[in-house]
Amino acid sequence: MTEQASVAAWTVAKISPMFRLQWEEAQGFHVLLYPEGMVKLSGSAGEIMKRIDGKSPVSAILADLRAAYPGVDLEADVYKFLETAYDRGWLRTVDPR
Amino acid sequence: MTADGSVPSTHGKPLWLLAELTYRCPLQCPYCSNPIDYARHREELSTEQWFEVLREARKMGAAQLGFSGGEPLVRKDLEALIAEARRLGYYTNLITSGVGMDAARVAAFKEAGLDHIQISFQASSEELNNYLGGTDSFAHKYEMARVVKQYDYPMVLNIVIHRQNIDQIEDIIRMTIDLDADYVELASTQYYGWSKVNAELLLPTREQLARAERIAHEYQASMKGRMKIIYVVPDYYETRPKACMNGWGAIFLTIAPDGTALPCHAARQLPGFEFPNVKDHSIDWIWNESPAFNRYRGYDWMREPCRSCPDRSKDFGGCRCQAFMMTGDATNADPVCDKSVHHAALVAEVDRITSQPLEAVRAKPLLFRNTKNSRRLSD
Repeated sequence: MTEQASVAAWTVAKISPMFRLQWEEAQGFHVLLYPEGMVKLSGSAGEIMKRIDGKSPVSAILADLRAAYPGVDLEADVYKFLETAYDRGWLRTVDPR
Repeated sequence: MTADGSVPSTHGKPLWLLAELTYRCPLQCPYCSNPIDYARHREELSTEQWFEVLREARKMGAAQLGFSGGEPLVRKDLEALIAEARRLGYYTNLITSGVGMDAARVAAFKEAGLDHIQISFQASSEELNNYLGGTDSFAHKYEMARVVKQYDYPMVLNIVIHRQNIDQIEDIIRMTIDLDADYVELASTQYYGWSKVNAELLLPTREQLARAERIAHEYQASMKGRMKIIYVVPDYYETRPKACMNGWGAIFLTIAPDGTALPCHAARQLPGFEFPNVKDHSIDWIWNESPAFNRYRGYDWMREPCRSCPDRSKDFGGCRCQAFMMTGDATNADPVCDKSVHHAALVAEVDRITSQPLEAVRAKPLLFRNTKNSRRLSD
């Protein structure tokens, strides 16, 4: 089913079972691998995706990113990326129950 | 040379490794992508030799790995190859007919870390499926597709579409929905090797295509978010060529069963080539240094109309094999392109083939892909 592409601070996401996130040493970037295909992620997209663990809400991921990149205003970009990621089917929301 | 002494790369990395483990296959599909003379190439790499191929290619950046054939399930060491590939960090795709599969093996593949299974169907009716595949496989394929989903794999169903099954496209899509496929590839036959020999019996008419395309698009829309339907149009009806393999030696590396390295699995038919073998050379040398892989990189090899064409960086002049098959020279533009002087001949040939009524086409025998026919055709 298509997921509601509306991401909130308390949303807990996991990577969809159709995709596998992996760091590619030979290329120096993260990729999302899926049947017979691959998406190359930008540096910032990789930083967000690698923090998506099926446990941390978006607020915690944001806090972690702020700690890693102090002084960068990244909240709007993170939400925008997450909405795109949902739209492309990369993410699923973890049921809080 | 760059500062660290390496030669600057003028091409990409072999991101896609296709491991054709064997040419053996229990099916006899008349559009098989294996070479016509496959019966001459009976030798197969050992488990250890495949391990070495996997290790070297991974080091060079390969991330997607397809285990293909022939039928890869005939290799008894498939489980071991999957486990090693997964350990190395590949995304592992098994491309299979489903014949030779059982629930225990599906479980063992899962254990070994297989990421995805693609099963081919020849048609949505048992009778046509079994006729086209030359074997009673339909019921077993159906059962295996269910097992694959039980084990929670992403599942791709692949159906090669041609004149004999295109009118059942709606039944075919319904079958894939019933089987709960994640991706469906409705792949129009591409005319190489066996399908080229059988082109008269396989090429659909323009009317058949238009109808099939409309139905495929309807289901693409209605299944959005649940099942992805990929509809590959046959390029014989196009006026611009496909960007074949994303360019020669650009991202695809095929290793044939005997260890021959190819920029695409159809390239073996091209004359004047000595394709390198992994038994004699490293993957690094094959990809970066070998004359065969460098021959059609860049634009210097091109002739007109490609050489000065603004689209040359988009489609790379199309397919080298198709240029060779239709014009006798692989450096010509792919005749699918309407800028090619050979395009008119292709259009005339398509018209000649498709003006024959379907009943007349069906009355002719398909030439099935089997060892006997392979020997006969390549003598």
